[in-house]
Amino acid sequence: MKKDNSFSAVMARKAEIIKAAVGVDYAQFESGSIAFDYEAMMASTGYSLEDVIGILRSYAIGNTPLIELKNITALVQKISKSGCGARIFIKDEAANPSGSFKVRRAATSVYQAKRMGYPGAIAATSGNYGAAVASCCAKSGLSCIVVQECYDSRGVGQPEIIEKARKCEALGAEVVQLTVGPELFYTVLRMLEDTKYFNASLYSAFGVIGIETLGWELVQQCRKQLGKDPDAVVCTNAGGGNLTGTARGLLKAGCHAKVVAASVDLHGLHMASDAQFNKKSFTTGHTGFGMPFSTWPDRSDVPRSAARPLRYMDRYVTLTQGEVFYTTELLARLEGIERGPAGNTSLAAAISLAQELPQDAVVVVQETEYTGAGKHGAAQLSFARQNGVKVSLGDPRDEVPGESIVLPAHPSLLCAVDADLDHMRRSLITHAASTVDHAPTDGDVAFLAADTKTSEAFVRDALKQ
Amino acid sequence: MAKKGDWVRIHSVVLAPDERSGALPEDTKRVPLELWTKGYLSADAKLGEEVSVTTRTGRIVSGTLSDEAPHYAHSFGDFVPELQKAGDDAFKFLFGGDTK
Repeated sequence: MKKDNSFSAVMARKAEIIKAAVGVDYAQFESGSIAFDYEAMMASTGYSLEDVIGILRSYAIGNTPLIELKNITALVQKISKSGCGARIFIKDEAANPSGSFKVRRAATSVYQAKRMGYPGAIAATSGNYGAAVASCCAKSGLSCIVVQECYDSRGVGQPEIIEKARKCEALGAEVVQLTVGPELFYTVLRMLEDTKYFNASLYSAFGVIGIETLGWELVQQCRKQLGKDPDAVVCTNAGGGNLTGTARGLLKAGCHAKVVAASVDLHGLHMASDAQFNKKSFTTGHTGFGMPFSTWPDRSDVPRSAARPLRYMDRYVTLTQGEVFYTTELLARLEGIERGPAGNTSLAAAISLAQELPQDAVVVVQETEYTGAGKHGAAQLSFARQNGVKVSLGDPRDEVPGESIVLPAHPSLLCAVDADLDHMRRSLITHAASTVDHAPTDGDVAFLAADTKTSEAFVRDALKQ
Repeated sequence: MAKKGDWVRIHSVVLAPDERSGALPEDTKRVPLELWTKGYLSADAKLGEEVSVTTRTGRIVSGTLSDEAPHYAHSFGDFVPELQKAGDDAFKFLFGGDTK
């Protein structure tokens, strides 16, 4: 009998396809209500932090430099009130084989795929993760398919995504490119079913434990280079795995630095809109992913996401597109380091946050990414102009996503804006409550308090509203 | 005319508008979900013809022949004067007016 490959039939087979393609039975972690055993799921990989570091070393990943941005710090001190302007350090993750931190996530997944005898791996991503999985598959002798959301209905592709396709192909992957729409997941499910490849999900425990090494490593470097722990670590936030893994690594190193999430503000743009797809100049690290994946992590391609950023987040700030392009220019012009725009979202946040902290405080920006044709400020701003977006120098507060990009006319105009974290936490709690047809149990309340880094009293109060 | 075994790009419609997910904005609902991939052509064909290819992972995929010997043409874009001025101004602000 021919298999029914209609959208609804394939989506109905989702659970069995994912189970076969990740090799994990998520039912074992479930409580039967809202709560599930997150730590048991994270431990189910069977790999300790030391094991993961060993796996990463075998792919030549990690040990990236922690660089003090002395000129940017001097600039920050020049615009801060007296005595303020913390030291800013950046973890140069672009030095990894695939050009970004994402390869830490890919390595554990691909290593597991190889070990379990899968013939290849599939990654659904328009971002650096595709190149990361392709890089690890190349080294492991596995086949690799990367599925991207790349074009609008005119066939016009985002330059940043096209560059990533090139890089994936350069590393040996087959790249499948789609027009806008969440049915990318449907396409991936069909391919997983046909190829029997591993689903190198960004949201499985394998996709997150690799990042723990990044948090752990930066603490060791701070202790060695500075003799102290960082005061704040800033993570660009989209799907939440970067922040989750980094924060877990900090804790494993015994470091209690404030964990700050940073996303590019794309409010008002619908991520599944064909007409708005090419009106945005960032394809990752933005609020279009960051907000929904923080407030409801289990919307991902696995039943329970290992990326649960609200568990670890102390603060969430947003930056405008113009502020991030400007920061990218500052990094090149003042530090002589040219790195890709999206990964500099957290640096833009750090420039703002450092102004609130004393000069002996240490702020670590935990990533950079490679830059190149298409994936570059000039390429992306030119593309924005071609798509009717006005580009100017001025006050970034005047920027309207999809209509304008305003580069700060002066560094003092760059200012991270706080998101209402408690509102986001309440949103997660009430959404979780809506998924069951009974009152949340005591176990659920304890789980939600941990899942939102709040207290049981906070959860009970949120449930009342 | 592309020859059997040539490296080509193909295009197909994965879902027609009426087959798509219900949860879509109106503008996306009106258009199909389209797909492009690349592979080695299974038989001689002209652009626009229905063909099948063998991809790099060995999958056999059908679609319309859209490009022969596809290459990348993305670039660093046009000159963006605002970006250069922003960088130069920040340099002068930090190091003073003398940029030597």
